[in-house]
Amino acid sequence: MTATRSRSFFVFAVVLAAIAVGVLLLYVSPEEDPGAAAGRALHRGLGSAPDSFDPHKARSVQAATVLRDIGEALLTHTPGGELTGGAAEVWSVSDDGLVYRFRLRETARWSNGEPVTAADFVYSFRRLVDPATAAFYAKSAIPIANAAAILAGELPPAALGVRAVKARELEIRLARATPYFLSLLAHASTQPVYSQGVERHGDAFTRPGQLVTNGPYRLLRAAAASLVVIERNPYYWNASATAIAEVHYHVLIQPAAQYNRFRAGELDIADSVPTESFASIQARFPDELKVAPRLAVYYYGFNLTRPPFAGNRDLRAALSMAIDRDVLVERITGRGEVPAYSLVPPGIPGYVPPTLPSAELTREDRLARARRHYRAAGYSKEQPARIELRYNSSDTHQRIAEAVQVMWRDALGVATELINEEFQVLLANMRAREVTQVFRSSWSGEYPDAHTFLSIQESADASNLTGFSSAEYDGLMQRAAAQTDPDIRRRLLEQAERVLLAEHPLIPLYYYVSKYLVSRDIEGWQDTILDYHYSHHLSFRPSG
Amino acid sequence: MLSYVLRRLLAAIPTLLLVVLGAFLLIRAAPGGPFDEQRVLPPEVEANILAAYHLDEPLPKQFLRYLGGVVSGDFGPSYRYRDYTVAELIAGALPLSLLLGGLALLLALAAGISAGTAAALKPDTLVDRLVMAVSMIGISVPVFVMAPLLVLAFGVWLKWLPVGWSGSGDWRRLVLPVVALALPQIAYIARLTRASLIEVLGSDYIRTARAQGLPPPTLLRVHAARPALLPVLSYLGPASALVLTGSVVIEQVFGIPGLGQFFVNGALNRDYTLVLGIVVCYAALIVLLNLAVDILYAVLDPRIRLP
Repeated sequence: MTATRSRSFFVFAVVLAAIAVGVLLLYVSPEEDPGAAAGRALHRGLGSAPDSFDPHKARSVQAATVLRDIGEALLTHTPGGELTGGAAEVWSVSDDGLVYRFRLRETARWSNGEPVTAADFVYSFRRLVDPATAAFYAKSAIPIANAAAILAGELPPAALGVRAVKARELEIRLARATPYFLSLLAHASTQPVYSQGVERHGDAFTRPGQLVTNGPYRLLRAAAASLVVIERNPYYWNASATAIAEVHYHVLIQPAAQYNRFRAGELDIADSVPTESFASIQARFPDELKVAPRLAVYYYGFNLTRPPFAGNRDLRAALSMAIDRDVLVERITGRGEVPAYSLVPPGIPGYVPPTLPSAELTREDRLARARRHYRAAGYSKEQPARIELRYNSSDTHQRIAEAVQVMWRDALGVATELINEEFQVLLANMRAREVTQVFRSSWSGEYPDAHTFLSIQESADASNLTGFSSAEYDGLMQRAAAQTDPDIRRRLLEQAERVLLAEHPLIPLYYYVSKYLVSRDIEGWQDTILDYHYSHHLSFRPSG
Repeated sequence: MLSYVLRRLLAAIPTLLLVVLGAFLLIRAAPGGPFDEQRVLPPEVEANILAAYHLDEPLPKQFLRYLGGVVSGDFGPSYRYRDYTVAELIAGALPLSLLLGGLALLLALAAGISAGTAAALKPDTLVDRLVMAVSMIGISVPVFVMAPLLVLAFGVWLKWLPVGWSGSGDWRRLVLPVVALALPQIAYIARLTRASLIEVLGSDYIRTARAQGLPPPTLLRVHAARPALLPVLSYLGPASALVLTGSVVIEQVFGIPGLGQFFVNGALNRDYTLVLGIVVCYAALIVLLNLAVDILYAVLDPRIRLP
């Protein structure tokens, strides 16, 4: 009896081991490396999984990165970030800024060889605004005539102001002049989708083997949340200029994981850098580390709808002036970030952001002014302000909040309670504007225009988290929106920002920088403020 | 035996239903929603999206819709990985998690039992002290420290093993994740084995057997091993669950698209359907594993009879 039992245990163990080995063998198929035949593949790190390869369902930065490689909108960018012709070769804008005409390239092709036509764009723009599509970036199309009404379900998608004049001529009519409209036409959300694929496969049209795109690359393989492999699209109009035949995007959420793989030679480009080892990376990889300004600002917002900040401009000004931004960027973030004294980051062509009046002062003068505002608001050492600062869980946010807490205490005597919340919780609280007092937030530009930043403080904007509401500001923004003369428009926007900064609805802390590790084997890498890096602009340095 | 298994499986259905209901209510009680981001959607856009995913319906209706889907094997679309359904994501991730977890468990059993036996046979010697010291480290150093250290040592400095996953079929990519996942379990099983074996070896019947002149290897194999392994066996149930669900850190460090990563990111992103699908999957796995352990227990211990 004992013998049979111990034998059955033994048999069980053997069976278990055999199953494990079997699974292993099944899994470990012979190494396939299609890159070997076509030359070296480029390996890029992605900090998060792309959410969709349908330009209308995609929303994440990472999805847009891949989409810019596999698709192409009417316009695209040069390696330096300037707008240039994409699927469209030439275009013209009417004098009133309302009618755009595009001539598509004769040689523009889908990845299956079929020509890209104006009808494809008509189909895609209609799909973008169709309520049934539920597109995240439907607002890219909002400047187009009737788009808003279609989104609200009041008009059919066919009423959209986009039509095919000829097979290769497209006309877009706008509801009102939009000076940054061409930039929107280089955004991933305005890429065309292949109508026959959508009709045939429905939501599954984005699968490898079914996805037809019109960019320099096409989708080869994809595993959700781990790997995206794209290959050169031989039908792309400029395919001969695509140097790298295959690109592998590896989804690696932890910057440390990307760094390790970069060091092990398994990644050519890491799209993030671990904060804690930044100094050693700087020392070890001075040529590989690429730090560049980008269009994004880190700020603390005030809830202007509740005490203590509602109607308390002096307290807001005092808190803003008491923060030493230089200390924050040098001692805490320490990765080349730039102290911010405006909501709109520098670098936008033709726009000079006005700065907070205190920007020019010395630290001592600034503190003296902060104390004056603090006293004017009715606070003192004996009766200090007690406030709450909310931020989402992250090491950097935590350390910045702690530093600001100390700065406010030392300069003014403010008692600040730090409240650390999960990101979704903070978002919900910021939107509700009920419990928030001071909150951490940020904004990044999607097109190089001041409007993308200033619009978030218009009183009716969905992203207005402070509750700032100023008739003067809204009026200036509306006048700027209707203005087609770029100089007058720029002055109106600058004036709007001055009005905004004078009211201190928020405290700009610093402008973000993009941080990459780029292998020395790569040529063609350029810094751009929009932080776009198309794979087809890159190449491998000839070895030897 | 068959009727016992069937009865256990039937009894699991209400358990699973309760788990689904609990998870559904919990994730819905969490603030925020799957489509909330820094960039707030314009109201008309948000309304269209909520309608497209039926999130504008009353909660009970959404629950019934979900339950109806689950019964017919449809776990709904993922809100975050929008090109995939939850069933597809789980089908892709589960084999990976099972492979990793299974290999780690086998490794933990083999290494843990061997080390524990070696320590128990020579208590209070250098071997014993060494095994105990190393296992203490294994238990107390958390995985999120151990895994990056392994990567640094074997991937970056020595360059013996690849550090990433990347979906390629190279078996060497499994080594580091499996070892990192197994280490704490090896340590725990070694301590468990040692303690229980020492106790068994000191018991009366072993002394009797030894007095009868049985050679030590036979003594160990025939008389001591099975009773000594019972605590290890009962630990296997929780250990399997730990290894399966606790691989989140390992998956993040090595970039492995397993269930754990989807689970954590799903919860953070409020990807309701994905989280629910994985909860159902985990719950079913744990029910099955517990059943398997109970059956194994009866096989190993003749005193236990399955009802």
